[in-house]
Amino acid sequence: MKILVPVKRVIDPYVNIRVKSDETGVETENVKMSMNPFCEIAVEEAIRLKEAGKAEEIIAVSIGNQSCQETIRTALAMGADRGIHVLTEEKIEPISIAKILSKICEQESPGLVISGKQAIDGDNNQTGQMLAALTDMPQGTFASKIEIDSDKVKVTREIDGGLQTVSLNMPAIITTDLRLNEPRYASLPNIMKAKKKPIDQKSPEDYGIDVTPRVNVLKVIEPPKREAGIKVENISELVEKLKNEAGVI
Amino acid sequence: MTTLFFIEHANGQVSDQSLKAISATSQIDGDVHGLIVGSDIDSVVAEASKIEGLSKLMHVDDDSFNNILAENLTQLILNISGDYEYFLAAATTTGKNVMPRLAAKLDVSQISEIIAIEGPDTFIRTIYAGNAIATVQTSDPKKVLTVRPTAFKSAVMGSSGCEITKINAENMPSISEFIGEELTKSDRPELTSAKTIISGGRGMQNGENFELLDKVAEKLGAAVGASRAAVDAGFVPNDYQVGQTGKVVAPELYIAVGISGAIQHLAGMKDSKVIVAINKDEEAPIFDVADYGLVADLFQVLPELEQAL
Repeated sequence: MKILVPVKRVIDPYVNIRVKSDETGVETENVKMSMNPFCEIAVEEAIRLKEAGKAEEIIAVSIGNQSCQETIRTALAMGADRGIHVLTEEKIEPISIAKILSKICEQESPGLVISGKQAIDGDNNQTGQMLAALTDMPQGTFASKIEIDSDKVKVTREIDGGLQTVSLNMPAIITTDLRLNEPRYASLPNIMKAKKKPIDQKSPEDYGIDVTPRVNVLKVIEPPKREAGIKVENISELVEKLKNEAGVI
Repeated sequence: MTTLFFIEHANGQVSDQSLKAISATSQIDGDVHGLIVGSDIDSVVAEASKIEGLSKLMHVDDDSFNNILAENLTQLILNISGDYEYFLAAATTTGKNVMPRLAAKLDVSQISEIIAIEGPDTFIRTIYAGNAIATVQTSDPKKVLTVRPTAFKSAVMGSSGCEITKINAENMPSISEFIGEELTKSDRPELTSAKTIISGGRGMQNGENFELLDKVAEKLGAAVGASRAAVDAGFVPNDYQVGQTGKVVAPELYIAVGISGAIQHLAGMKDSKVIVAINKDEEAPIFDVADYGLVADLFQVLPELEQAL
């Protein structure tokens, strides 16, 4: 079985976000970039399934500009076998990403697609579900546990209020939540080895997909700042303020 | 133009999150129809039919919908999608699971977790964990949206109900199956609807120490939450998590205990009316957003707080 893992390059989660003063977006020039943390979890899960003998090959896909190659190399250094880079300079939306991925699924016939539940830049949380719709595959979103049992996969999902378990016919799409696993760091020998692993370069046109955006970003602004309040000395002062000043208890 | 809103329910009641999110439809012209699914829920259906602004409620009275599968609910909405221009649901784990699948089936973009409506095709939402606010305009003919419940006030209930029609679930795909559900048992209110929340972070040191928060929560009738750091460290389950990747909350009072105030946590709670921070590190960023800060050892002051209430 093949596992397809889409990976996205995003601003590193520990970098402070700066909104551009012309309100057109967020500053990404000269900012540290990383693999989206939820995608790292997806790569890790695919590797664990391969290590457990449930999968033979892991294909990492990234869609975006030239630097996305680095993100694919990271996945290869973690343990993915080969990469597909779909090169585009366009700001590409989840629906277009899902369409390209659905074409790749047609060509590669993976038994599972494991993706992050959301990217920490756009916070859309859409691509996995959209890919599932376009390929008519079942979806196990927000996964915290994955068990493959012959032609079905059992997915434990993080839902509001607890956990839900569903069984999906394979091929299926799974999106990862935080508790699924703790991603490994790539070792130096594996980083060296990853340089020799193949990455296919493609374009959206190769798949016949029009990636023209449908959603136009009119402006991006900073959120209103919350002012710091006062420090209290002890619990009795705190309780007194909450009762008499704020009136919330 | 007509709007379809998917109404969720649990424990014999319309979900608070749906009640808040459905308020967003009052800013869209045209009729609003509701969709509610599940068997043996007549009293919930009757309650939902009284939501002000709703002109029709469709009920799928089918026990296969007592536990929702994204594949089936998407097909159900697709069956009736021809009549609608707008499709809305609360940004719950169900809404987030289903609406993107629906959008892709309709070949349109989906707009996630809107916090305001600017015009018929223009919406406001947060990006980068709440560190930026984007105004976006869609050119798609059909609009599929999820609504962040905390950004809207609960819908008013009218005195009489709207027309209720039953619809059938047809052409259901059989590609997925519900196996089971394990809901966190708690006598406390739900995080997303609680008026008061007390949350613990890495400073709690372990899961057992969350009992200190439980005791205070009991006195306040509060829900207990946690930062992502506390969830990552395995102190508490993920459904405790407040933050951009967990739950977004906006209670009257939010008490952050042993939480440093990472961006990702602040994004989930900074719209709370009053924020209290208890942390022994006076440099912790949580104090920059707190109305009342107490620099102290939480293990000393939590029992004091419990006593004082």
